[in-house]
Amino acid sequence: MSKLTDLSMTEALAGLAKKEFSAADLAKEYIAATEKARPLNIYVTETPGLALEQATASDARRAQGTAGVLDGIPIAMKDLYCTKGVRTTASSKILENFVPTYESTVSQKLFDAGAIMLGKANLDEFAMGSSTVTSGYGPTISPWSGPDPANARRKLVPGGSSGGSAAAVSGHFAVAATGTDTGGSIRQPASVTGIVGIKPTYGRCSRWGIVAFASSLDQAGPMTRTVPDAALMLRAMCGFDPKDSTSVDQPVPDFTAAIGQSVKGLKVGVPREYRIEGLSAETDALWQKGISMLRDAGAEIVDISLQHTKYALPVYYIIAPAEASSNLARYDGVRYGLRVNGESLIDMYENTRGAGFGKEVRRRILMGTYVLSAGYYDAYYLKAQKVRRCLRNDFDEAFKKCDVVLTPTAPSTAFGIGEKEEDPIQMYLEDVFTVTLNLVGLPGISVPVALASNGLPMGLQLIGRAFDETTLFKAASALEKAAAFTAKPPFMA
Amino acid sequence: MSIDKNTVVKIARLARLKIPDEEQQQVTGELSKILAWVEQLNEVNVDGVEPLTNVNDMCLRLRDDKVTDGNRAADILANAPSQTAGFFVVPKVVE
Repeated sequence: MSKLTDLSMTEALAGLAKKEFSAADLAKEYIAATEKARPLNIYVTETPGLALEQATASDARRAQGTAGVLDGIPIAMKDLYCTKGVRTTASSKILENFVPTYESTVSQKLFDAGAIMLGKANLDEFAMGSSTVTSGYGPTISPWSGPDPANARRKLVPGGSSGGSAAAVSGHFAVAATGTDTGGSIRQPASVTGIVGIKPTYGRCSRWGIVAFASSLDQAGPMTRTVPDAALMLRAMCGFDPKDSTSVDQPVPDFTAAIGQSVKGLKVGVPREYRIEGLSAETDALWQKGISMLRDAGAEIVDISLQHTKYALPVYYIIAPAEASSNLARYDGVRYGLRVNGESLIDMYENTRGAGFGKEVRRRILMGTYVLSAGYYDAYYLKAQKVRRCLRNDFDEAFKKCDVVLTPTAPSTAFGIGEKEEDPIQMYLEDVFTVTLNLVGLPGISVPVALASNGLPMGLQLIGRAFDETTLFKAASALEKAAAFTAKPPFMA
Repeated sequence: MSIDKNTVVKIARLARLKIPDEEQQQVTGELSKILAWVEQLNEVNVDGVEPLTNVNDMCLRLRDDKVTDGNRAADILANAPSQTAGFFVVPKVVE
């Protein structure tokens, strides 16, 4: 028998159901894997005791015939989800000792479905970044860096912000993981580590209890090894929550029913504006390959135009910092988190925030404060919200001609830790293909398709209509089948 | 548009964020560069375009005006850096 850690979620659930192994057996294997993975700095906080406790309870439920849909599945929880009684840092020093007294809605739903938590996964500080390098607890090293990643000559990033989650799933240090996506933070790390990641439609997953970055853009989603696993896990995460005022009261379909369905006649849009200046020949070739795969599976390829595409990133870098500057005002050294004393109340605020926030977070708070400040609001924030409408109109038009849209997920394969640090805009460009979906609220999934000539994975992104994740999963499963991507990183559990 | 160091000091003050003197120049340069980059939005004609503030076009839900939560002072104070007698403690603000 192969190692338990090599089983996908769907396979592990089948093994648990057939009593081939217990949830405790599975949890122990993954706890050992977590220890092996320590040099990669995947977890900010490991929770092996909790995992074993949850596994024992899972086995008891299964014995009683009351097992949930994810019962016994060990996952990594992005350290942006508040977990009751378990330290939650958002990878920021300002929350180093924060222990929530409540559970986020989505993590609670996963626990209700029987999932087991191995630990809190590292991320870019407050989810602001595309590399996991801005974490206050050090960068996560991708298992794709080499057989001994921590001593590799060029240590690679796992993408970001959900980089700990991506590294955990790709190296089989967790069956799956939660992520959050504000500008590409699920899809870009999924692409550069060779796994599947989906950002559902805005409003599908409750944001309640997830540390807020940019509230009109933030969405939770699963990161998994396969498309069927993503369909299964997303269903457990979705659903109406009165505690989130933007949660949408819509039925949650069984996304797994879409897996394996024929894409014959499905119209796949290919936006000409995504062929951006500087798109590498290799990324372009991968994209063409994906187009051929879907065409061969019976889909019809349609040329579409999303004419405002090039403005999405600048719009994002006004709206996201503006919302962040407002959301992060709560870290004031009074109610929770770090306090650095000062002579006056204002000194205390300034010292606390100056010491507790890292460079990128400080930069975005300043940027956000500036664009919202008196005299500049119309020129920046209002203008950005208007262009945001244009971006949405582009998609509304495009979806009259097609059912899904196919694009690259990220401009290139994983880069090295420390690269792209000089110029913030270079780092921002990592999200050039993903960020639009957050601005317009649409769902997007990244599916691993092939290895580049440097031996590193690359994914393609499929975009769907609002609340039509079902069609998205149908197309993603066809792409997954055609790509038959089986490559694994050189360092594994 | 480029901004000067004084503007950075002013917005840092508004954001209650201490930026060490030696970092102010660098931050000024970075913010100027990002602001210059977002200037490309001026190419887009947005006359008559409504700003998009809510992607799902929904109104805020109303609920019954009833208390649904409360009596959780201990939970709320659990992570406070400084507290006494059920209150958050801050530096003295009135002389």
